[in-house]
Amino acid sequence: MDIGHLVAIAITAAVIQNIVLTYFMGICPFLGVSRRVDMAFGMGAAVTFVNTAAGVVTYLLQAYVLIPYHLEFLQYVVFIFVIAAMVQLVEMYLRKFFPRLYDSFGIYLPLITTNCAILGTTLLIWIKGFGTLAQATVFSAFVGVGFTLAIVIMAGIREELDFADVPKALRGPAITLMIAAILAMAFMGFAGIGG
Amino acid sequence: MSDQPTTPAEALLAADAAAGPLLETTTGPHLWERAFTTRRMMIDVLIGLLPVTAAAVWFFRAAAVCQIVTCVVAALAAEYVFTFARRKPFSLLDGSGLITGLILAFSLPPGLPPYMSAIGAIVAVALGKMIFGGLGYNIFNPAMVGRAFLMACFTAEMTTWAAPVGATTGATPLAAGGASLLKLFEGNVAGSLGETSAAMIILGGLWLLLRKAGDWRLTAGMLIGVALVAPVDHWARESGHSLTVLQHLLSGAVLLGAFFIVTDPVSSPLTKPGRWIFGLGVGMLTVVIRIFGNNPEGVMFAVLVMNAMTPLLNRWTQPRPVGGHAKKE
Repeated sequence: MDIGHLVAIAITAAVIQNIVLTYFMGICPFLGVSRRVDMAFGMGAAVTFVNTAAGVVTYLLQAYVLIPYHLEFLQYVVFIFVIAAMVQLVEMYLRKFFPRLYDSFGIYLPLITTNCAILGTTLLIWIKGFGTLAQATVFSAFVGVGFTLAIVIMAGIREELDFADVPKALRGPAITLMIAAILAMAFMGFAGIGG
Repeated sequence: MSDQPTTPAEALLAADAAAGPLLETTTGPHLWERAFTTRRMMIDVLIGLLPVTAAAVWFFRAAAVCQIVTCVVAALAAEYVFTFARRKPFSLLDGSGLITGLILAFSLPPGLPPYMSAIGAIVAVALGKMIFGGLGYNIFNPAMVGRAFLMACFTAEMTTWAAPVGATTGATPLAAGGASLLKLFEGNVAGSLGETSAAMIILGGLWLLLRKAGDWRLTAGMLIGVALVAPVDHWARESGHSLTVLQHLLSGAVLLGAFFIVTDPVSSPLTKPGRWIFGLGVGMLTVVIRIFGNNPEGVMFAVLVMNAMTPLLNRWTQPRPVGGHAKKE
């Protein structure tokens, strides 16, 4: 197992090709749950968990069921199904152990199912051609870390903006998207690092 | 009994009483500097930028004048339009629009078509500052937002540096494998308008720090951050492309960034540990982007990334009051 290669995959997934700021996936929770830092961190943790679990399970399904039986056309259906099951798991866990966090997420928790960042990750594993389960696991976990990074940074900025005199027309999603644009320009600087 | 002092000790006491109390006590807050206003700070920054302006005009002649005028006029015009649209008092007099325009002009390559400079200045003021509500609310350094926008739109023009009048080199020392230290120091190298002359930047920058218009922790943090990571270059790139630590410090936008860009009091953290982390982060990221990234220079990206982290740094580095609780709950 090449540890250096795994580290490169991890850094690339989390920072250099950040799922939100480079691929522009997962924008809806990025806009919806980035109002408070603690909530954003909770959402980031939930997405990271679902992402890692879904990445591992879909990798195994694709490699040992879909491809051997020539069922690749079922990829999307199967992947969404797995993701929905994982989200259900998180939802049950949160409702039992973190009821306050569960309430504050509201609709955004079941909506992780339709978070394109997660379907995107499971598909990217195959588009990028990761050959081993270890690579797929590291990639999907660190995509989640990158999502957490982006949403926590955004939540910090938005908490600071509570005190700012933002023009009325721009409050809410508009200013958030503009900040995301500036963040994306900033993360452009990492292009090329890690090959 | 007479009032006249009879012993030398009594004479001294009487003299002291006449001169006023030894220990004056007043209630806080203690304003030691009554004139410490936004306007005074901005004027200090402008004075600090004078040597840089002089060096830019000396080395790049008409191109420099044209660029500076374009950027400043466009920045002020954008600020006027936005304040007019929001029916706010025109904020020209606080000087911040002027400084945004100047810093942007200094960070652009000389000979950039004026309409591009103008677009950069308008984006800097509009997207970088006014949409957040104006000066004091901006999360990012406005000039760097404008430059990043230009970098995304006009990459080719933004990475072509004209040589100074009378010099022979055309590539920036960062891409060409380094220039001699003396040349970097006096500024006779290709590069963005205001970043070439290390001597002039240090001269203006020291004035800025002495007048406390910028915090020295930010500057020191950034320079230390660069110096910490720069030795990596020695083994990361082959000898023709790697720079020494001093070359890393003196070439490109590091000095301009350390003295005039990271010291922006609005977009940098409020706490002292936060400022150290901010400065170190900018310096280290700059060199990492220079060595490993596609972009020849990393100061702008590093500043923007650390600007984004600033609200979190403010949050995490708040000093705990003596005897206070570690957490609110």
